Amino acid sequence: MAKGRKSLARGGNRPPLEFYVPEPKFRPGDPVDFVHVQVPPAGAQPRPDESCAAVDTSPLCYDLVRVLDDEHQATGPWNPRLDGETLREMLRVMALTRAFDDRMYRGQRQGKTSFYMKCTGEEATSVASAFALASDDMVFPSYRQQGILLARGYPMVEMINQIYSNRADHLKGRQLPIMYSARDYSFFTISGNLATQFPQAVGWALASASKGDSRIATSFIGDGSSAEGDFHAAMTFATVYNAPVVLNIVNNQWAISSFSGFAGAERTTFAARAIGYGMAGLRVDGNDALAVYAAMQWAANRARSNHGPTLIEHFTYRAEGHSTSDDPSQYRSAREAEAWPLGDPITRLKKHLIAIGEWSEEQHETMDRELAEQVKAATKEAEKNGVLGHGLHHPFHTMFEDVYEELPWHLEEQAEQAIRERRIKWPTWKEYEQ
Amino acid sequence: MNMIEAINDALDIMMGRDPDVVIMGEDVGYFGGVFRATAGLQKKYGKNRVFDTPINECGIIGAAVGMAAYGLRPVPEIQFADYIYPGYDQLVSEAARLRYRSANEFIAPITVRSPFGGGIFGGQTHSQSPEALFTHVAGLKVVIPSTPHDAKGLLIAAIEDNDPVIFFEPKRIYNGPFDGYYDKPAKPWSQHPDSAVPEGYYSIPLGKARVVREGEAMTVLAYGTMVHVAAAVCADKGVDAEIIDLRTLVPIDIETVEKSVEKTGRVMVVHEATRTSGFGAELVALVQERCFYHLEAPIERVTGFDTPYPHSLEWAYFPGPVRIGEAIDRLLGAD
Ligand SMILES: Cc1ncc(C[n+]2csc(CCOP(=O)(O)OP(=O)(O)O)c2C)c(N)n1
Repeated sequence: MAKGRKSLARGGNRPPLEFYVPEPKFRPGDPVDFVHVQVPPAGAQPRPDESCAAVDTSPLCYDLVRVLDDEHQATGPWNPRLDGETLREMLRVMALTRAFDDRMYRGQRQGKTSFYMKCTGEEATSVASAFALASDDMVFPSYRQQGILLARGYPMVEMINQIYSNRADHLKGRQLPIMYSARDYSFFTISGNLATQFPQAVGWALASASKGDSRIATSFIGDGSSAEGDFHAAMTFATVYNAPVVLNIVNNQWAISSFSGFAGAERTTFAARAIGYGMAGLRVDGNDALAVYAAMQWAANRARSNHGPTLIEHFTYRAEGHSTSDDPSQYRSAREAEAWPLGDPITRLKKHLIAIGEWSEEQHETMDRELAEQVKAATKEAEKNGVLGHGLHHPFHTMFEDVYEELPWHLEEQAEQAIRERRIKWPTWKEYEQ
Repeated sequence: MNMIEAINDALDIMMGRDPDVVIMGEDVGYFGGVFRATAGLQKKYGKNRVFDTPINECGIIGAAVGMAAYGLRPVPEIQFADYIYPGYDQLVSEAARLRYRSANEFIAPITVRSPFGGGIFGGQTHSQSPEALFTHVAGLKVVIPSTPHDAKGLLIAAIEDNDPVIFFEPKRIYNGPFDGYYDKPAKPWSQHPDSAVPEGYYSIPLGKARVVREGEAMTVLAYGTMVHVAAAVCADKGVDAEIIDLRTLVPIDIETVEKSVEKTGRVMVVHEATRTSGFGAELVALVQERCFYHLEAPIERVTGFDTPYPHSLEWAYFPGPVRIGEAIDRLLGAD
């Protein structure tokens, strides 16, 4: 207790107040039953016109936009009616994302890099979104949207170079693995500071609008990160200026070991936050690639025609650990992922394609094998440029570059110091000879 | 021209020259800012380029980062430097490191303008000098003018710079220089010999200090309001001091500092910000590291106190003539 302060104990005969701390439904060892998750029938949700008043979307903030039904058919007004070829391509990129994640995860376990983050179970949220956007719409991603890069055809070797921080990493080995930057692919540099990208996306959208451009911006944030002030700053700016932006909350139920209740999920949906701002909002089955596509397409069309921003909540589940540094069995029931009532997004899309006669189990198996080979080949290619900690990194001096446009005197002095230290340790070392 | 007018002139010139320059901030549009620094600009350039924002510094700086990523050159105004903290993370974690973390794919040519410093009875929330919080951050430049002439030239250079710049405007001297004698009537800039502001475009390079007055007895390192206060006290005491206005804290003009210290052998650093870990500590360390054998006396550090800025006692807080005078006496060996 602080010195000189009276006890904080209650007085009088008022009833004692209770301090409430949210607790997830299941902990390790608990049986899992997701009865509390309400899954409305697919196709039952109305699809308002893209130019509707924001308030007309309010019911959809509490509902769940779904397209794929229990028989794996696409149904209802949100069915985007994609052709077989587009659906197969979407499936392929989602499967590629998973294959890539699996390989990189193993790479981290083999010591080739320090860290990796998978998006297992969330592939539809990024890949189907990317398919619904124009390829030059600007994305301000979080760290689980690798699917967007893959959907846009960003070279996998480049991604792996970045993950390995090797000498070919175009970010010069400065960023944590998976913190990509790909300007030519309209993919903003990822920050480790959660939520900062949200107001930035709105700023980009404002700039685009003020220049009379036709490109819109979009950003992705986790359910946990939506508790940050930046989220609310972005929502305020987006509505005040009617920004052409699509703001996405990927609600995968967990923020490391904290369940979504710590971001307010016990009281309302994340999509419902749009209502208070007067913004359009949609809550979508994030494991239904067609629903994700339809929602993003709706919001993008709305933004593009100057009808303003949309907040989309992608209701999904993080099927694996938060990152390679995380062990989810320490804080959640091992049965959660398999009991998740909305299934696996890849399996669901696959079954849909099979149901409509556009795909088969054999084709899928062949594709998975090919994708694994493709990722393996890219990995081998990238490894020629080195893996983390094995010496094939960027020249030493690059450490001091790009802090400012020009090297100021104090950094020049510090660079000389660093090189002197290097020479003392390895007398024969030369900067550009590796 | 006073300093506000000089800043307004600089903004006007840069908006006219570069269609990518945009101004944003609380009250900056229709009204022209609480200090009127952006007056008339919205009318002239339209709401696309000069617009009011919500009271949301995180949003202001965050949006500015996104605008810069698009290719604009935002010049956000933070109404008082005391309110920069809600936007601090966007400045230090985002704007400052964008170039580095993306290896030049994205840059943040943002100039954040903000009135700072005390002496206007602004209380603890309208008087702070947070420059040291920014000089400590790799990737930011910190600029502080002390005359209308410099304010215009430095602001133009800041807007043209491709790195994020924090441009702190010493509000005590917006309307006239200040000699530290708060109980005497203040003079307007029009009566100050160095205040003539050339018309049209000119810029003053960042990273170059200004020797305000040459002298032999000691070197005074100061910036903003304190340049004037220190100069007035030296003049009153008849000290032949060399007075250096640093103008840019990062990157600092170390050559001008070294040259002066080598000549005078005695150094006094003066700032209004709190003492502990203030920018004065950095200046003392730099001089000590680089000019030790030229020093003839311990370096003097004159600063505000390590308290919040007290409203009714602001002149007791302020590093005024008495505090500076004592330091001069110690430095010159008088008792
Ligand atoms: C500002 C900030 N605070 C804390 C962290 C540490 N951190 C990294 S990821 C994470 C959890 C984020 O959860 P969520 O936003 O739900 O995204 P998810 O990982 O589930 O995709 C935390 C707390 C951080 N990176 N930045």
